[in-house]
Amino acid sequence: MSDIADRVKKIVVEHLGVEEDKVTESASFIDDLGADSLDTVELVMAFEEEFGIEIPDDAAETIQTFGDAVKFISGAV
Amino acid sequence: MDLRGKAPLAGAFLLGAGGFSAGAIRQEPAIVAYRVRPVYHVGAILPLAGVHEKEAPMRRVVVTGLGMVTPLACGVEETWSRLLAGQSGAGPITRFDASNVVTQYACEIPFGDGSDGTFNPDDWMDAKDRRKVDDFILYGMAAAVQAVKDAGWQPEDEESRLRTGVMIGSGIGGLTSIAETAVLIKEKGPKRVSPFFIPGALINLISGQVSIRFGFKGPNHAVVTACSTGAHAIGDAARLIMLGDADVMVAGGAESPISEIGIAGFNACKALSTKRADDPTKASRPYDADRDGFVMGEGAGVVVLEEYEHAKARGAKIYAEVLGYGLSGDAYHITAPSEDGDGGFRSMSAALARAGITPAQVDYINAHGTSTMADTIELGAVERLMGDAATKATMSSTKSSIGHLLGAAGAVEAIFCVLAIRDQIAPPTINLDNPAVQPKLDLAPNAAVKRKIDVALSNSFGFGGTNASLVLGKVRD
Repeated sequence: MSDIADRVKKIVVEHLGVEEDKVTESASFIDDLGADSLDTVELVMAFEEEFGIEIPDDAAETIQTFGDAVKFISGAV
Repeated sequence: MDLRGKAPLAGAFLLGAGGFSAGAIRQEPAIVAYRVRPVYHVGAILPLAGVHEKEAPMRRVVVTGLGMVTPLACGVEETWSRLLAGQSGAGPITRFDASNVVTQYACEIPFGDGSDGTFNPDDWMDAKDRRKVDDFILYGMAAAVQAVKDAGWQPEDEESRLRTGVMIGSGIGGLTSIAETAVLIKEKGPKRVSPFFIPGALINLISGQVSIRFGFKGPNHAVVTACSTGAHAIGDAARLIMLGDADVMVAGGAESPISEIGIAGFNACKALSTKRADDPTKASRPYDADRDGFVMGEGAGVVVLEEYEHAKARGAKIYAEVLGYGLSGDAYHITAPSEDGDGGFRSMSAALARAGITPAQVDYINAHGTSTMADTIELGAVERLMGDAATKATMSSTKSSIGHLLGAAGAVEAIFCVLAIRDQIAPPTINLDNPAVQPKLDLAPNAAVKRKIDVALSNSFGFGGTNASLVLGKVRD
């Protein structure tokens, strides 16, 4: 797994309080990992902070799964 | 205005409300309680404007659950035994780097692994949920969980959940979060503000969080009256039960003011003790000639209040009855009481009038007694109220041990009154070595007093001149 994926996974585990093995490629933050809408806002902010990028609101809405997040961030950094 | 005058309207609304069956909201007992009429016999018991004779068969309210987190310990019994032993919760500030503030000591909750009365946050909220709330919500939740467990009240049916409410307030709320977020905006800009900042700092979010955890769908409310918050919350919640809005209320207060902004703010008001850095355990010394301000505390106190017949019907353990509740305003100064203590006198008088008891029947008074110049003003008001009976009563300030918990103080101290009634013992006023004035009352200096306590009075007075007094008593059948 890439360095980016590791760092994203660490943030997800910490913020959502889930087991690491639950954070799979297709795991949906809301449907599978117990996040609510405020959690997803905070997750996106944490990604921005960690990777020094800006994620616009319309792009943030497309980040539904762990895989989505890794893919978007990999293209942005 | 006497709220009882409005009760028939509320009853009519409930009767007419569509979508509810009569059984779903327990109308029958509620309507019985509404069969009251307003009376305006001003001065019937004590010569007080605005207090009406207690005549109607108001629903009775009892205390069936207790919970607290204090600087002495996490837990009711752990705190109580240390209080009776005369321990102090004061020490050097560890919660933040206090090197830049004037007062570098406070009464902090003992954090630890949860054993021996220490407070382990993991026992009360998940780490992921704690990140989203200010500490005052964590403390309030811990006390509420204890109280609900103690009461054994975990309703399985929707009807019972609809009749259970929450009213847990705070004096200042998420002060630390607000300060930290303001710094964050300054350093990193407004886009970095957490979506959990607002719901983690709002005062009514203890009530919100507790209702979500337990599914309590009744009245959800929060008091904000500075240092009177805890007492007002219990009094107001009791009235909601008396008037039939709920059968059970989880009520109290919580506070987490030990942060740089909190200490600096109260230092600026010249409210805090500053001279006892060498021995903080001696700093909180109500009524003592050498007192020099209050010692900041933190924590929470929560009670479960319940309609008497409801509690009896389910075989609940009943600690005490809420006999009376009085409120008043000083209309004098933003931080100081008037010299004659008139505001406190009127709130105590109103509470006794509501309870329908005389001052001579009061055995124990838990004073507001913050270890400031106001102590003797309150003492004067109490002695004026008690008259010749003053020599027979015991009054103490438990703030000598736990410091001033601000919005939590009134709730924690009401619980001490409940325990004083249960155990027939008045907790001590520690550090009272040299009284500033010669009291007629026994102030329980430095040692708990074993004595008859059937009725206890608890005072809370707050900035803005907001006063609350509660009368608690042994339950009589």
